[in-house]
Amino acid sequence: MDQSAEKTSRRTFLFRLGIVINAIAATVFAIPILGYVLSPARRFTWLDWIPLGLLIDVPENQTRLAKYVNPFKKPWDGETDKIPCWVRRMDGDKFQVFAINCTHLGCPVRWFQESALFMCPCHGGVFYADGRHASGPPPRALYQYKYKVEAGQLWVRAGEMPTLGKPEV
Amino acid sequence: MIQLLKAIGAWLDARVQLGSTLAEVAEHPVPRSSASWWYVFGSATLVVFILQVVTGICLATVYTPAADRAWDSLIYLNYQQPLGWYLRALHGWGSNFMVALMFIHLAQVFLFGAYKFPRELTWVAGCVLLLATLGMAFTGQVLRFDQNAYWGLGIGASIAGRFPFVGFKIVRLLLGGPIIAGETLSRFFALHVFVIPALLMAFVGLHLFLVLRLGINEWPMPGRIVRRDTYLQQYQDMVHADGEPFFPFAAQKDLVFAGLIIASLLIVAAVAGPIGPNGQPDPTIIQTVPRPDFFFLWLFSLFALLPPWTETFLMLVGPPVVIGILFVVPFISGTGEKSWRRRPISVVILLLVFTMIGTLTWLGTFSPWSPVMDAWSSAPTPIDYVKGRSPLELQGALLIQSKQCRNCHALGGEGGLRGPALDATATRLTRDQIVRQIIQGGGNMPAYGKNLSPAEVNAIVAFLVTMHPRGEPPARNSAKSATSF
Repeated sequence: MDQSAEKTSRRTFLFRLGIVINAIAATVFAIPILGYVLSPARRFTWLDWIPLGLLIDVPENQTRLAKYVNPFKKPWDGETDKIPCWVRRMDGDKFQVFAINCTHLGCPVRWFQESALFMCPCHGGVFYADGRHASGPPPRALYQYKYKVEAGQLWVRAGEMPTLGKPEV
Repeated sequence: MIQLLKAIGAWLDARVQLGSTLAEVAEHPVPRSSASWWYVFGSATLVVFILQVVTGICLATVYTPAADRAWDSLIYLNYQQPLGWYLRALHGWGSNFMVALMFIHLAQVFLFGAYKFPRELTWVAGCVLLLATLGMAFTGQVLRFDQNAYWGLGIGASIAGRFPFVGFKIVRLLLGGPIIAGETLSRFFALHVFVIPALLMAFVGLHLFLVLRLGINEWPMPGRIVRRDTYLQQYQDMVHADGEPFFPFAAQKDLVFAGLIIASLLIVAAVAGPIGPNGQPDPTIIQTVPRPDFFFLWLFSLFALLPPWTETFLMLVGPPVVIGILFVVPFISGTGEKSWRRRPISVVILLLVFTMIGTLTWLGTFSPWSPVMDAWSSAPTPIDYVKGRSPLELQGALLIQSKQCRNCHALGGEGGLRGPALDATATRLTRDQIVRQIIQGGGNMPAYGKNLSPAEVNAIVAFLVTMHPRGEPPARNSAKSATSF
């Protein structure tokens, strides 16, 4: 009788020990897995100064399409690391650099010089030349990059696709 | 020969001992009424899923899941790999077939009250399968790494970005980095070929296990009420008194229908060919009009038509609420009438949902809310509208082209549908109203005051006031005419 009770308790002890060991192991195992999968979200900022081209490429009072290579590119990105944006030169060194993505759902807005409007092909968002919302579903004006002018070059601070969650690119 | 096969079979069965179990499964009695042509859609969905696994594995032997090579490998599959075009067609159309059959199966199960006691968990497992299948459809569309895939990801990211506080973190997780690029495709590849298929297989297993354990739903009869305390016994009695073995009695219809589905898939794929890819996934090619695949068009339409101020809320709260309601259907009405003849509200709900999705899909096929980006340079001005017009009016007609008015306004049936057609503008607006509308905009039209010189406005208005059908007078300001009289 005594012996069997002892046996049972040893068996249950081993079983409990097994559960505890596996729970600890699973937790430790989960740390690198989660760290690996969640790593893109952990970085604080994805921004860098990028040269966009010479000032003379954009005449005054004009809006032109410009392209830059994303500074955080990978060798196997192919064409996806080339990002377009709209550069509007007002007068002199005063610019506005708009992200290509519509503020509604990210589709590429197109500039129409004759009517001085940006139009989106997806859900019909329209913006004025200065990026203000003109019509359609977009909730805000076009996203703008920070820019600086150095030695005849236009630089923008970019690197992340702008969304409503991170509009201050 | 047959003797030998029988001997091998007997030897195997003596060791594996599966024969009796399989026979039990195959011959389990089902209600005579459930051997119906209405009960074939679930098995057909499963058959198409198995075909998807087969064609998917074949495609994976050639397709290259790297952002710089994926598009090239799709083109290679279409034009160089022997029968690559056909396997891509079978896989692409197979996904359409699978989603369609799944929704028909869902509607049938809902109408026949098959989710009621004791089959609640069968329904829940089915809901997981529904989500996983739609997940396969979306991730599959991303693996077809073209312009639509690229901008479709942009739409997905822009929706995720609307989450308060953590939106941008979710975007980065979704994209595997700060932009749509190499790691985005790799993430979706892992989801499409490992994670979601494993989920699908596990839940198909559970779904089938539950169907076998609980028995297939009997044909619903008005007045036969489901009660928790009596149903199981009733079902047992029914199956024993008036049951037939599943194989071959009910399975023969499943077999015939599945065969027809496979045959039509083979034909459709051969005739229609592979789906895409369209242009290269190069974001600097902005001359693109992104559209999702057929089964997501209704969502695309919804995003265009929802009032903007409700949009973020509905995008984030809507899906969990709708999916949540779907999951709890059997817990809301787990007992009672099964027959659709006694469940008018369920029938109305089903009709409303299908009408809504159908209408939105139909609208999505021509998306009247989008400007037609090339209408201004490609759509002609109807000859009748320029005949006998003065030089000023003709200049107005030219400006309507060159100022891109046609992108949103149709003339003679060609052009955008975003704004009203201009064919009969003068019958609706007076001269003063036209001037005000052009300069100030409003009612979803941008204000053109800064972009048109007074002379240009004058010319456009001169043209538009001539736009009224013969015999129908232009609109006039009644207040004005009253005073001047």
